[in-house]
Amino acid sequence: MAVIKKLKAVKLEQNHLLGIQDLSFSQVSDILKQAKTFITLNKSSSKKIDILRGKTQINLFFEPSTRTQSSFELAGKRLGADVMSMNIVNSAIKKGETLIDTAMTLNAMHPDIIVIRHQDSGAPNLLSQKVNCAVINAGDGRREHPTQALLDALTIINRRGKVEGLKIAICGDILHSRVARSNIYLMNMLGAEVNVVAPKTLLPHSIERLGVKSFTNMKKGLDNCDIVMMLRLQNERMQGSFLPSAREYYEYFGLTPDKLNLAKKNALIMHPGPMNRGVEIDTNLADDINRSVIREQVELGVAVRMACLKIFCKRR
Amino acid sequence: MKEKYLINARIIDPKNKIDEIGGLIIDSNGLIKAVGKKVANGNLPSSAEKIDLKKQVLIPGIVDMRVFVGEPGYEYKENFRTLSNAALSGGVTSVVSMPNTSPVIDNVSMVDFLKRRGRDKSRINIFPAATLTKNADGKQMTEFGLLKRKGIVAFTDGIKTVQDPQVMSRIMNFASQSESLIMQHAEDNILSNGGLINEGEISTRLGLKGIPFLAEKIIVERDLSFLEEYFCRYHISQISSEKTISVIKKAKNEGKIFTTGVSINNLSLNENDIGEFRTFLKLSPPLRTENDRQSLVKAINDEIIDVIVSDHKPEDEESKRLTFSQAATGATGVETLLPLALELFHNKSVKLNKLIASITSNPAKILGINKGSIEKGSDADLCVFDLNKPWVVNKNKLKSKSKNTPIENRKLQGQVLKTFIKGELAYERI
Repeated sequence: MAVIKKLKAVKLEQNHLLGIQDLSFSQVSDILKQAKTFITLNKSSSKKIDILRGKTQINLFFEPSTRTQSSFELAGKRLGADVMSMNIVNSAIKKGETLIDTAMTLNAMHPDIIVIRHQDSGAPNLLSQKVNCAVINAGDGRREHPTQALLDALTIINRRGKVEGLKIAICGDILHSRVARSNIYLMNMLGAEVNVVAPKTLLPHSIERLGVKSFTNMKKGLDNCDIVMMLRLQNERMQGSFLPSAREYYEYFGLTPDKLNLAKKNALIMHPGPMNRGVEIDTNLADDINRSVIREQVELGVAVRMACLKIFCKRR
Repeated sequence: MKEKYLINARIIDPKNKIDEIGGLIIDSNGLIKAVGKKVANGNLPSSAEKIDLKKQVLIPGIVDMRVFVGEPGYEYKENFRTLSNAALSGGVTSVVSMPNTSPVIDNVSMVDFLKRRGRDKSRINIFPAATLTKNADGKQMTEFGLLKRKGIVAFTDGIKTVQDPQVMSRIMNFASQSESLIMQHAEDNILSNGGLINEGEISTRLGLKGIPFLAEKIIVERDLSFLEEYFCRYHISQISSEKTISVIKKAKNEGKIFTTGVSINNLSLNENDIGEFRTFLKLSPPLRTENDRQSLVKAINDEIIDVIVSDHKPEDEESKRLTFSQAATGATGVETLLPLALELFHNKSVKLNKLIASITSNPAKILGINKGSIEKGSDADLCVFDLNKPWVVNKNKLKSKSKNTPIENRKLQGQVLKTFIKGELAYERI
């Protein structure tokens, strides 16, 4: 039976999750609070509930993705939604269809939520103007990756109790990183102090205007930090030469035990994945169960995405 | 055509330094027979047909040095008829058409086609530009001499820049022989590769690759170095950044002779107007910071920049309803050039006579055409406008075939009332 949508009352908040920039503090708190309840659910033997039963979720991934796509798929299924993942490689997009036409086609199938990843910054915003359902950004170009930042915040809260007052270093390819941008906005909003550390060629123009301190010396940037977030070198987004070699990069910007020693003793290591071992992070550090929370990030990712799906699906 | 009398107008003619209430007589050939204070009701035969302009402003027909037509190849974006209607409603009587058509305007036979189409389908004066290089690919120079003899007024690769310094130096060296006007769109393609908007805080926030100001500055510096060795008629199509102005100022102080243009968009908008990925504001050169904009405005007042162009680039909806990186570059503007420029007068940034000069006498002088002034013997191409009339831009009321105006819903002050071509009333606002 068709789902009859209720008429909306006054629209106060964003109906789409396009970026951290658009979220209010209370929305973020709400997402994180809901996500916490799903952590327990995901650990139990019966992981499925039915709050999104009858709802349709379409995953529209224009860029290859393993963890984000499977995380969203699992999140939707655990909430009882019907989840469809579009394989863009074989789709009409490759035959010249524009994003808007694809959106209109999908819209005609009455989805309740579309999760989109696209190589162009702003693609989710364009999509959201053309469809009747909620749009969740799963990463657009180098602009935002809001659910990644939210899961990072949840991971930090899970380990440290809160984000407020912490000192966080984001290190690596800031220029091409949507994860960095979303995290800068979110960690600032939650009251952390944020450093970015990168070679000058990988620091975006005017990055300080986003409310961070920038460093080109890893040791200075990590000084007294509670959290060290490493980023992947995004070779696929690099046009031309930004660095002499991976070897030189590792020497100056790779996370090694001696550099990590400058951070706080119990500093946590995070990484959005996939990792380039030996390029941005020492392989033993990545696997150090006392320091690295990289696998926990993946685990909590499902919970955060369940919370986002629930909240934004309901808001329609 | 009968003799015509326009009386009681505020005549502004920067070339002859006129700003006075008066009238003018247009003879039966569409030429100006007399102009001045003495052309008034009392001195004219009572039987004559007189048009009382009620103290509205009368200026020479506007000369727009940078307009994209769409013919041949992109007729669905703009054709000569629609361009003509759009231009006339904006008081523009002469345009330089850019050669980036399909095929491009790079040989003599294409010029004949253009002139015929322009004559048959439009009422305005079309001054075609041809490319600097064959197929605008920056390698082999075009036949400047032969093309000029056919009626080409200027040479430019339009939206492209000659990248190869050797080719550019030879072009400038060779062009002097035929006294051809070289117009460069200044952008280093390697520096701007993949760039979408100004490089700065906004590009960082929107996650769009930036175009550094250096991409423009480096080409201007390069070409001005060549100019020292290979003197020719050289014009920089449009500049966008404060840093480029410094280069130009310095070169002018050193006595180098060349001219510079700026798009009305870069004078009236800045990068903040892009908002949340508004593709209509994806322009080349890109909109830059408010500081850059103010410097450009000041450079008009200081006469460092000579010309304001509309950079009228019609794009159909399909080319703009895409993600920012996929969307076409450019905006329409020929019909809003004057009213938008008047904004700079109303907010006291630029003197009225300087504004008018930058869209009439200056471009005419650079192009070497007998337009852009109101004097005895010149064509009666004229624009009459209400300096103060407020109105709101509505894309559906604009006459261009494409609706990609960057200033939709903008409140403007000043509106064109009448446009004359060779003495004939070609447009009148009803």
